[in-house]
Amino acid sequence: MIGNGAVVLSEGAPSLEPLAAATGVFAYLWLLIALPLLGAAVLLVGGRRTNRWGPYLGVLTVSLAAVFAIVLVVSLLGLPADDRAVGQTLFEWVFVGGFTVPAALQLDQLSMVFVLLITIVGALIHVYSLGYMEDDPDRRKFFGFLNLFIAAMLLLVLADNYLLLYVGWEGVGLASYLLIGFWQFKPSAAAAAKKAFIMNRVGDVGLSLAIMLIFITFGTVTFDSVFAAAGEANESTLTWIGLLLLLAACGKSAQFPLQAWLLDAMEGPTPVSALIHAATMVTAGVYLIVRSNPIYDGTAFALTTVVIIGIITMFLGAIIGSAKDDIKKSLAGSTMSQIGYMVMAAGLGPIGYVFAIFHLLTHGVFKANLFLGAGSVIHGMHGEQEMRRYGALRSVMVITWITFMCGYLAIIGIPPFSGFFSKDDIIHAAFEQNIIIGICGVLAAGITGFYMTRMVIMTFFGKPRWPDDAHPHESKPVMTIPLIILGIGSVVTGAALLYWGNIESWLEPVTGIEEKPLAIPTIVLEGITLLIVLIGVSIAIARYRREVPVLAPKGNLLTVAARNSLYDDAINEALVVKPTYVLSDGSIFVDERIIDGTVEGSARLVGGLGARLRRLQSGFARSYALLMVGGAVMVLVILYLARLP
Amino acid sequence: MNPEVMTAPSIDYIALLPYIIVGAAGVIGVIVEAFVGRNGRRPIQLVLAFGSLIGAFGVLVVNRTTLGLQAEGAIAIDGPGILFMGLILLLAILVALLMSERQLDPAGDAFAPRASALPGSDDERELTTRGYFQTEIWPLFLFSVFGMMLFVTASNLLVLFIALEIMSLPLYLMAGMSRRRRLLSQEAALKYFILGAFSSAFLLFGIALLYGYSGSVEFSVIADALAAEPGQTALVVGGVALLSVGLLFKIGAVPFHAWVPDVYQGSPAPVTAFMAAAVKVTAFGALLRVMYVALGGVRWEWEPLLWIIAGLTMLFGSVVAIAQTDMKRMIAYSSIAQAGFILIGVSTATAEGLYASIFYLVAYGFTTIGIFAIIAMVRDAGGEMTRLDQWAGLGKRSPLVAVSFGIFMFALASFPLTSGFIAKFLVFESALAVDNLGLVIVGVIASVMAAFFYIRVVVIMFFREPVEGSPAAAVPSATTTLALAVSAAVTVILGVLPEPVINLIEQAGVFLR
Repeated sequence: MIGNGAVVLSEGAPSLEPLAAATGVFAYLWLLIALPLLGAAVLLVGGRRTNRWGPYLGVLTVSLAAVFAIVLVVSLLGLPADDRAVGQTLFEWVFVGGFTVPAALQLDQLSMVFVLLITIVGALIHVYSLGYMEDDPDRRKFFGFLNLFIAAMLLLVLADNYLLLYVGWEGVGLASYLLIGFWQFKPSAAAAAKKAFIMNRVGDVGLSLAIMLIFITFGTVTFDSVFAAAGEANESTLTWIGLLLLLAACGKSAQFPLQAWLLDAMEGPTPVSALIHAATMVTAGVYLIVRSNPIYDGTAFALTTVVIIGIITMFLGAIIGSAKDDIKKSLAGSTMSQIGYMVMAAGLGPIGYVFAIFHLLTHGVFKANLFLGAGSVIHGMHGEQEMRRYGALRSVMVITWITFMCGYLAIIGIPPFSGFFSKDDIIHAAFEQNIIIGICGVLAAGITGFYMTRMVIMTFFGKPRWPDDAHPHESKPVMTIPLIILGIGSVVTGAALLYWGNIESWLEPVTGIEEKPLAIPTIVLEGITLLIVLIGVSIAIARYRREVPVLAPKGNLLTVAARNSLYDDAINEALVVKPTYVLSDGSIFVDERIIDGTVEGSARLVGGLGARLRRLQSGFARSYALLMVGGAVMVLVILYLARLP
Repeated sequence: MNPEVMTAPSIDYIALLPYIIVGAAGVIGVIVEAFVGRNGRRPIQLVLAFGSLIGAFGVLVVNRTTLGLQAEGAIAIDGPGILFMGLILLLAILVALLMSERQLDPAGDAFAPRASALPGSDDERELTTRGYFQTEIWPLFLFSVFGMMLFVTASNLLVLFIALEIMSLPLYLMAGMSRRRRLLSQEAALKYFILGAFSSAFLLFGIALLYGYSGSVEFSVIADALAAEPGQTALVVGGVALLSVGLLFKIGAVPFHAWVPDVYQGSPAPVTAFMAAAVKVTAFGALLRVMYVALGGVRWEWEPLLWIIAGLTMLFGSVVAIAQTDMKRMIAYSSIAQAGFILIGVSTATAEGLYASIFYLVAYGFTTIGIFAIIAMVRDAGGEMTRLDQWAGLGKRSPLVAVSFGIFMFALASFPLTSGFIAKFLVFESALAVDNLGLVIVGVIASVMAAFFYIRVVVIMFFREPVEGSPAAAVPSATTTLALAVSAAVTVILGVLPEPVINLIEQAGVFLR
């Protein structure tokens, strides 16, 4: 019965050929997820017994997964370009009526690059955490959660259908809340975890409804079958699916209007901010949109909405990043902004998909670099996060400073650092599509130059503003070595992926590719972009070259607004939280006061406490019975109305 | 019919053995209460209860292939009926494990030493200090289970009504037997009784109207009458309406939900577990059978009604639960919301909807038992600590208990890899198969709001520092631990590998007429 009315797919459709069964090394695809999952299980179930060696086990499982990922990519490269997608069914998960959802994995070009990013950057951050969390009494649990996150994130990108993707999606969310609230003795951390959870649930509504809609439209939730049939579905359905998926992406990737949780998420330990809230999890929304590209290809409206959301967030994040004095929050604003770039690129359609992923990869590396650098600074400054109390740290933290500068040059897009290639490709694609989008991209690049320069000057240059009893020091090798590796990554990833890895033709089988002629030569466009970036850099130098006051000056209206994250909390409070509580309290009022008090309402006005007490003793059952009679009348009315034609 | 010719009804005692075992054990239990000395009662009652429940379940499994109408068509032992009875028996076994707990409360078990002693009286105090226990609750419990088994298989409106009363009357008593906060408990019992009696009146009136229309109380005859004469009369509309009211009351659907929070809050935790899990399963079993079998011919009449009730119930339960500050009341409103989700499955009037509802009930039933097992454990000298803020820091004091509770909360919030996720997925899917996207959207929105208060509990337990006087969970005896472990295991297994259970449900097929 289920599946009636579903689009019936012709057997011979070429794209419906089942994925090549996983053979050889691919038969062990499941190991990718199983390794970190095993680590998480041992660490979380094993309890205190594993305290001593637990963290090393956590590092080991992820490192093994990273090695295996490299083996996989080499093997994929050995296959012809069209056959670089393998599937593996683990077991039949849900089977009801004529409808099956297998727990099946799929490794293709898109999943592969994500797997590499997650496992390699993940492994580096695990190593770094050995140093960063050294003194934490709960660090075994920390590594357990990190392993859990890696497993869930890998499941998210390796799932071959939307339902299994949803499992990974919720899994990374869960790990993220656990880690944001990891330092639970801080009330702010607990509040941040709750906020992240709730805002993500709003996004999850989008994903669940999208999956439902996909299911009734196509009769299946498997990527291959859905995408093969996407061309035949009608446009308004595709638009709805596209918008709902976008809502999901907004929640997970902190895009407008669900962006507020990301800044608070910085309450988590810094390695978590680097791994989850910069490099990997927050980019899951971009993955979702790019993965669903056959759906978006059929709906110009949804694509345009994606672009608009991307642009809004790009500026929102950049403005917030420009005003925050907390180094991590400033970086978080920057992450929002950079993901805005990716979402915008994804919204450009086939012109942009590849570059969205390209920027996602380079960003994953250089933002992890920046966050870990910030972590090293915070570690050296004994937990101080205010940039106004930093200054002149380059002399005491040489390695941190140099690697941070690599990330800095990469993010503002100075050639030949990695961000230059990916960001310029996005701006280029934007101009191909629409000049206004292109100009927005260039302007945001300028603001990026401003806030990143501000951060670098306030942290590493100028005069020391730290208190006398602070003794900033360089971190241990276990932290600096991952920094150095990521620093090198910030330099080379862009060029390596573009020229050596040939990212465009690598991803083409999944995303498709399209190019339009551009009126001006590429080199001129690059020149203009660079110029705007340098203007942003110069403004920052001009403003912050002089003394930076330890106490923030009052600032103009925009600065104040940006410091308050553009009042997102107040807006959420007014638009969502208050009405919910008013509704809930109101319902309780109706349920427990009015219904009960219909008879005694006047008495309460006069009697106050007395009426309250009386109410406790009697009247309840009577008023409940009255409610039942009302309900019965309602049932009769509904039944009567239902009979009217 | 010629009144002088009256044949004895044919009764297949083997097929009815599960009912007989449980019912007889209840009767023997009463005799035991009357004739066995005070110290000897408890072991005998425990043997009777567990023996009869497990025995009945065993017979049910052996008999599972003998399907058919029994007792002159009054009882339908069919696939879903056997599933429902099996589920009720399993849940009852878990509840019995909770009821036999004697380690949590320093004064003894969860029940008043003597139900007739006035709350706060010297009499009561003396009974407590002398360590009196009452065991009358066991036969009452078995009678209630017996009524439940009959209720879900009744294929005749009068049997349905009698079964409802057999199930409910002992429950009213059990609700009033809490050892702690006895006034609250007795108030709950009285309210439950008055409102329950009130709803029974509606049900009976509905039965009368349908009898007036069809000339029979048998489901199959009513169904035939409805099929033969498509033009409906006021008798049908009135009958359907009043019958629905009676059944929706037991389910706790809005606007017939008012008793739920008060009664859940006042009753002893094991009894609340019994009501929240087994009674809900039973009421849905009966509702499904009445709607699908007897009233299936007029489903376009009641489908819109159930849509509206389902939507109201989901939204109302979820919204009101947000502002609750008492754990038991919050769970009560949550159970109201959950009933709304199950009603989505019922309202489809398809086989898929039936399967989805049954799966949901399995998932919900076990999770609920686990929740109340833990609520009974979190306590101080004065009894259970049900204020939400008292649960702060439980994750630190009793990590294992808090993690289990977290699993149950995640299941109710329908997180993937828990039973609740698959259950919601199945009911939503069944509604989508009949193109009811609107109800699914309402459901998804309600489930998001519901996630808020479930997760708040998790945040309170894990992310908030323990306050002065906040409890560690008391260490229970093996029985509660066993019930808890089973509930948690089922909750997780049904999320990861739901396949065998879904298969089982689908193989059971649909209701017999």
